Amino acid sequence: MPTGITEPAAGAPAAAVRGGIRPAVRVRRGERAKEWARRAPLLPALVFLVLVTQLPFLATVVISFTRWNALAPDHRGFAALDNYRAVFTDPAMRASMGTTVLLTVTVVLVSLLLGLGLALLLDRSFRGRGLVRTLLITPFLIVPVASALLWKHALYNASYGLLNGALTWIWGLFGSDSPPQPDWMTNSPLAAVEVSLIWQWTPFMMLILLAGLQSRAADAVEAARMDGASAFDIFRYLTLPHLRRYLELAALLGTVYVVQNFDAVFTLTSGGLGTANLPYTIYQTFYQAHDYGRASAQGVVVVLCSLLVATFALRTVSSLLREEVTT
Amino acid sequence: MTSAPLTPRRGGSLATATRHRRRTGGLLGLAAWLCGIAFFLPVAWMVLTSFHSEADAATNPPSVGAGLSLHGYREFFGAAGGGVSPWPPLLNSLTASVVSTLLVLLLAVPAAYALAIKPVRKWSDVLFFFLSTKMLPLVAGLLPVYLVAQHTGMLDSIWLLVLLYTSMNLPIAVWMMRSFLAEVPVEMLEAASIDGAGLTTTLTRIVAPVAMPGIAATALISFIFSWNELLFARVLTGVVAGTSPVFLTGLVTSQGLFLAKVCAAATVISLPVLLAGFAAQDKLVQGLSLGAVK
Repeated sequence: MPTGITEPAAGAPAAAVRGGIRPAVRVRRGERAKEWARRAPLLPALVFLVLVTQLPFLATVVISFTRWNALAPDHRGFAALDNYRAVFTDPAMRASMGTTVLLTVTVVLVSLLLGLGLALLLDRSFRGRGLVRTLLITPFLIVPVASALLWKHALYNASYGLLNGALTWIWGLFGSDSPPQPDWMTNSPLAAVEVSLIWQWTPFMMLILLAGLQSRAADAVEAARMDGASAFDIFRYLTLPHLRRYLELAALLGTVYVVQNFDAVFTLTSGGLGTANLPYTIYQTFYQAHDYGRASAQGVVVVLCSLLVATFALRTVSSLLREEVTT
Repeated sequence: MTSAPLTPRRGGSLATATRHRRRTGGLLGLAAWLCGIAFFLPVAWMVLTSFHSEADAATNPPSVGAGLSLHGYREFFGAAGGGVSPWPPLLNSLTASVVSTLLVLLLAVPAAYALAIKPVRKWSDVLFFFLSTKMLPLVAGLLPVYLVAQHTGMLDSIWLLVLLYTSMNLPIAVWMMRSFLAEVPVEMLEAASIDGAGLTTTLTRIVAPVAMPGIAATALISFIFSWNELLFARVLTGVVAGTSPVFLTGLVTSQGLFLAKVCAAATVISLPVLLAGFAAQDKLVQGLSLGAVK
């Protein structure tokens, strides 16, 4: 840290310390002890995180440059950029990149819009509001594997799932015994995954946006209404600008989690029919194909892509943080 | 949606406008109720199906009014049909979630204290380092962890998961705790120090009362994420240390599908998180948004 306050001075007075303790040095030494006393509580957490999260990433980078398939142990060696070349030329890998982007963008955008609508609905008082909020957040609280199983078997299933069951029932009401019985998971597998994830993530978006709405100054809205502003004007010129940061935060946090999704893809389709996203593909390369070198290269590529998203995310959170510090 | 009823303009009758507004408000309340029910419906269906017999669970059209049965739950808990007992995975999940949550608190509370109350220099850089570890996909660090575990005989051990879950939840916990601790008024700390209060007194008398709800919320979030985790558990555990989510994925096998049993299992395994989440809805928001939204 070249810009430190105590560090640059530390070298010079070292000799003076040996000669005789001058008051100024004693103070500086006391300051330094205090600095360390301040840092000490941070260290366990920092050291732990570096050991458990950063070191494995480093190892992943190293492995990504080796030729290493657990099924062919004799072939181990330095591979230079072969794994990366394989990653970028592998059509399956490219497809899974596309799938990841499509899946993430769709899920985040749709659940953000739905969440915004729901937050606006819940931002007004009506009978049973607390209960409705509780009903709405339930999808987010179901264990993700359980919700994936629920969608796959109890809702989507072509012969006894609730969706087709409801179609049969509705058609039955009109006296028809030949209702359409689409096979949802086969016809549109990616959409099936997306719908289940949108169901799961909309409550998350709603919760954050609702918190944002409720932090809005009520008197400004009231004043605007008194001045004859329409509901749409209030939304467009007061609510939306205020919500911007919360929308960004919700979108970016949602992106961080949805990009990493494994449970839904694994459970619903096992990555079949063009639904394999990057985490699932890496899991497959490593766990099923045992190609450690290539899996690591895939991992590194994913990390680099995530860094792009993370930079934006950090900037957004940092602007919220600055707001908190200055107020 | 028309905006007219919401605008009591100067010329119009105020009474009519209010009545219009109340009616729109009623309609919007109804819309909120319908949305709430729609989002809850799959969960309600899961719970209802869990109480049906296997025959009633798999019918088309759905048998909403069929008699209730505890068959699915008996099957799940292994009392009938000699199935695999769910207790070891439930216990594993409980161990991994509770122990890692305790570790998270042990590491995060002092760190957050250093960042919030006596900010070290470059404190926001440190804070962002914590957050950045959360932004990187876990899957990219999985292989080295697997290899190390394989060589040290830690595969299929619940303690490896405890370690990983601690690192997974630590960044969020530091952020959350920092935002809770930042609410301790500095004046109170200064006053305490002028009055000669030592570190212990300051911590127990001033910081702890403000921080307790925050600690509870942090623990809750950490518990939920650990309880839900699948990828690590799936790759790094096997027969002995498998957690509830791994057990759930194993329920659907070549044996065929037992819908009532699967629904019963999903209900039981989701129950701890559901109850905890319902109890702490507000704290959940603050935690999930990394303390950025109050």
